[in-house]
Amino acid sequence: MSVSEGTASTGVVDKLLTINGWAVYLFLYVPILIVMIFSFSDHPNVGIWGGFTLDWYDRMLGNDQLMRALRNSVIVAIVSTIVSTILGTAAAIALERYRRWLGKRPFDALLYLPVIIPDVTMAVMLLIWFAQLDFRFGLTTILLSHIAFNISFVAIVVRARLANMDESLEEAAADLYAGRWQTFRKVTLPLIWPGVVGGALLALTLSLDDVVITSLVQGPGATTLPVYVFGLIRRSVTPEINAVSTVMLVASMVLVFMSLGFQRRAETRE
Amino acid sequence: MTQLAEYEKVEVNPELEEKAEKEKARRGLFTALPAYVYLIAFFAIPLVLVFVFSFASRSRTGTPVLADWNLESWARLFDPLVAGLAWRSLWLAVVNTLLCLLIGYPFAYWIATRQRSSTRNLLLVLVLIPFWSNFLVRTYAWRTLLDVDGFVTQFGEATGLWGQLLFTLPAVFIGLLYGYLPFMVLPLFAAIERIDWNLVEAARDLYASGSDAFRRVTLPLSRPGIVAGSILVFIPSLGAYVTPDILGGPNTTLIGEYIVTQFGAARNWPFGAAVSSAILIVMLIATIYYFRSGGRTL
Repeated sequence: MSVSEGTASTGVVDKLLTINGWAVYLFLYVPILIVMIFSFSDHPNVGIWGGFTLDWYDRMLGNDQLMRALRNSVIVAIVSTIVSTILGTAAAIALERYRRWLGKRPFDALLYLPVIIPDVTMAVMLLIWFAQLDFRFGLTTILLSHIAFNISFVAIVVRARLANMDESLEEAAADLYAGRWQTFRKVTLPLIWPGVVGGALLALTLSLDDVVITSLVQGPGATTLPVYVFGLIRRSVTPEINAVSTVMLVASMVLVFMSLGFQRRAETRE
Repeated sequence: MTQLAEYEKVEVNPELEEKAEKEKARRGLFTALPAYVYLIAFFAIPLVLVFVFSFASRSRTGTPVLADWNLESWARLFDPLVAGLAWRSLWLAVVNTLLCLLIGYPFAYWIATRQRSSTRNLLLVLVLIPFWSNFLVRTYAWRTLLDVDGFVTQFGEATGLWGQLLFTLPAVFIGLLYGYLPFMVLPLFAAIERIDWNLVEAARDLYASGSDAFRRVTLPLSRPGIVAGSILVFIPSLGAYVTPDILGGPNTTLIGEYIVTQFGAARNWPFGAAVSSAILIVMLIATIYYFRSGGRTL
């Protein structure tokens, strides 16, 4: 009875929801698609279509500064992802699997803070600290900063996985005389692996995404791709930026599908 | 009798138990130690340092001097210019969060209530792509749309509804909404999808109208998603730097940009540190309130 009563209004509501849904998708995708389309436009003005060309991609590949920035980005992203994934996973295990230890509560809070403070404040904090330590600003300071914000994100993702995991499996392994390291390698790690990979992919994306923190702790001649592109956009808008943007968009789409594919494989295995 | 006593002795050995407990505690700390040390060195100490610097003074050339401690930088926060900037940023962040919620909630609800799981998954992937895409690139996309020759500008001029929006406050709004909407949708979707629809049905069976059932059952059950999404949108909106820099103009400066200027052209580190500290305090209060009100995870 309640169903038939509700159908009239539900029909209208559902129609409105559907309209809103497609409008949001248009809003999300039209700007990205236009950037991609105009990266192939043979006209120096980004708003005018001038026929198909691959010139802007050619110019992008020939831009030494841009290529150096890209190389820096890849190095920083990979190294900071590896380090923060190891540290973050260990932190998650310590918090989820060891009930009481000295300084656990402050550590829990310390781990959350980098996630909840705005980029700008974190950038300022690190800038002041590196200047105080008299560090030379460059790839090292960028790398140290990226690890600092990535540890927390990895730890949160891995913790969510650990919280849903049955602890008795690890206890069973211990009962069967598996050593601590053996238990970790043969039982814990395979079980939390999807979480570890998810955390690592998040760290990789955040590192490749960061503009604010990097632009404050970068050094002369050592910058990352997004910061370099940010500088280009501030000066003038050219279709070459569209070409770089398209490459970056496609790269993040590949990452999304990789992580989804991985998750699906992990789920079917379970 | 003696046998029983012996049996009990084996069963409970407080000394051994305590030793195992201590060993476990030691291992817990040991496991966390690398991350602990790293976060103290590159987060906790810098955090304290920002507060310290906010009381420092400057030399004549603008270099910060850790002497002559004073409250000048903090007093400047109440300067009408700075207070105005802060107020505008706060207002913008609040409105953007509400807009994201207003558009994102029905959107997430729509995705989460699709019948077939394959449809749901496909729609969700279409949200994940902009979520994971580079924020700078997505902001840049609007720069080209809002420019003189951009589609939005041309459409506005053709219909007589608006002119060029680039470098104005509406452009910053569009950029913030576009940038952070996916951050609102994902936690909302996660919360709404988890709802047990039998509860809503039960409410309807008990003669609750559709809107009543939504207001008193669905909405409270999706509260964790609302709170998490709001935090994920509000915090970066308040500290926004890239969006106002690319889409805004001289009259739309926000607090995030203003802070960066203090460490660049203005060369006033103590003042920049004071503004940052003020933002940190606002964030800490908001977060403590969130955890007090029953929130668990982000």
